[in-house]
Amino acid sequence: MTESDVSLRQPVLKARGLVKTFGRVVGLDGVDLDLYPGEVLGIIGDNGAGKSTLIKCLTGALIPDAGTIFLDSAPMQFRGPQDARAAGIETVYQTLALAPALDIASNLYLGREHRKKGILGSIFRILDTAGMTREAKAHMAALGIGTIQNMNQAVETLSGGQRQAVAVARAAAFGSRVVVLDEPTAALGVKESGQVLQMIKDLRAHGLPVILVSHNMPHMFEVADRIHIQRLGRCAGVIDPQTTSMGDAVAIMTGAKSVLEQVA
Amino acid sequence: MSIDSHALPLLGPVEPVEHVVPRTTMAERVQRVLHRYPALSPAVVLLLAGVVFSFLNSRFLLPGNLSLIFQQVAVVGALGVAQTMIVLTAGIDLSVGAAMLITQTIMAKVAVDRGWPGGVCLIIGLAAGMLTGLVNGALVTRVKLPPFIVTLGTLSIFTAMTLKVSSGQTIDGAKLPSLLLWTGETLKLGSVTITMGVLLMFALYLVFSFVLKKTAWGRHVYAVGDDAEASQLAGIRTQRVVLSVYMVAGAVIALTAWILIGRVGSASPNAGADANLDSITAVVIGGTSLFGGRGVLIGTLLGALIVGVFRNGLALAGVDVLYQTFAVGVLIIVAVSVDQWIRRVRK
Repeated sequence: MTESDVSLRQPVLKARGLVKTFGRVVGLDGVDLDLYPGEVLGIIGDNGAGKSTLIKCLTGALIPDAGTIFLDSAPMQFRGPQDARAAGIETVYQTLALAPALDIASNLYLGREHRKKGILGSIFRILDTAGMTREAKAHMAALGIGTIQNMNQAVETLSGGQRQAVAVARAAAFGSRVVVLDEPTAALGVKESGQVLQMIKDLRAHGLPVILVSHNMPHMFEVADRIHIQRLGRCAGVIDPQTTSMGDAVAIMTGAKSVLEQVA
Repeated sequence: MSIDSHALPLLGPVEPVEHVVPRTTMAERVQRVLHRYPALSPAVVLLLAGVVFSFLNSRFLLPGNLSLIFQQVAVVGALGVAQTMIVLTAGIDLSVGAAMLITQTIMAKVAVDRGWPGGVCLIIGLAAGMLTGLVNGALVTRVKLPPFIVTLGTLSIFTAMTLKVSSGQTIDGAKLPSLLLWTGETLKLGSVTITMGVLLMFALYLVFSFVLKKTAWGRHVYAVGDDAEASQLAGIRTQRVVLSVYMVAGAVIALTAWILIGRVGSASPNAGADANLDSITAVVIGGTSLFGGRGVLIGTLLGALIVGVFRNGLALAGVDVLYQTFAVGVLIIVAVSVDQWIRRVRK
């Protein structure tokens, strides 16, 4: 995606002047962020630069002290993760937030189970297990994860990459507007990381914008369309990985260089 | 317990592995099957125990003896339903027996002192039982105290209240409305005599097995015990689920108090003194993990039956009661060891 493409479109998710302090520690010091349709926006930054605080504010896990978040140009007031989720922003946490002893289908629908139609569902509150299993399979297949066949398998019997796939599939299935991924490859091996990166590309191919937080520069440069660099609670700039080298990105991150070509 | 075609060890999809494909040993396959079916090991133990004891004494398998075992197991078995649900949330309830006794005492007291009909007394009992659950649940979820400490405290409190309300006196069954004694009535099924209390216990297992497996609430109970933080992030109101579990358990405890009145034939403040810990024994032997999120309700029924069968079988074989107690202790430790082993199933 080139810069001119970006400027033509309206951002799906937009943050202006986000401030978040923890006592005397300033987590975010007036951060702006734009996420455009169909792009992967990377967020990098040193430890303590405010990456986590930023995405927590975007996903409702933290409430910013000042600033506004816009979803499709409408200002949002998230009081918790539920609000963000209801608005169509799904998050894959670093811990994945899966219940290990429950099966894949149960995890995909955890907290938003489908009930059977008719009085079986409305009065006897019976779950539509067969339907959820069927749809879970479809969601997993849509992400190109064909290796997992049995949706009734407990999540703890899966490999790290497969678990990540379940968490991403859950976000993709319910994230109608934005999917946020926090360090999705941090705990994975080379092959599994490759699968997750492919999943991120697939999400973009489906038109879903993705915010990706990662420490891993090669991964970031492989999938991100633009990279938002956090430094000391502020946005040090947004770079295009096609035209900026990894070394320059690190230099901006650590303050050795500054960004000249910022996205307007 | 139904064992469908999935009972075979699930090897999952074969993935291209860089190194040597590790062969699954027999032990690993057993581990995986047990991991998938937590009630399997207690079922096997119960079956083996039944076979051994029927060889040791031919009277063991007589219908009269079997129905006796069921009657002896009914109270602990029914309390086990409440205990299992609480343990599934990674909690524990040391006060189930004491809560049962205060509930029983209140039910019998309003019947005798006020002369209220049995149905009203039962409803008051249900309310009292749920109130005990509300107290435990609120202390666990609102004051955020560990369930062990909360219920250790309420164990003493409920016990003291029982003695206060009953003045330490047993209320004679003859004074009680017939409905409260209904659980002691018997039903002839061929040559087997079965009490209504035993049937009520089975009904509790049926209903709550269904609820735990087939409803969103049941699934949330497992999820909260399995990983509370993940459940919260998935949008489950975890504190509310845990509180509701303690209250539902309180209702089950009240129904168990009803079973107890029928079993003893009176309302005694000293009946079922060992029920607190016996219910935990049944849960543990039944394969439910004390760490929460793992186990099936039917396992607790099997666990209660195993204890009942061991005590009965060893008694029939003329073994001293101290060895029965010894055997139950060994069973608990073996059961928890097996649970630990199963939880280490290879990923």
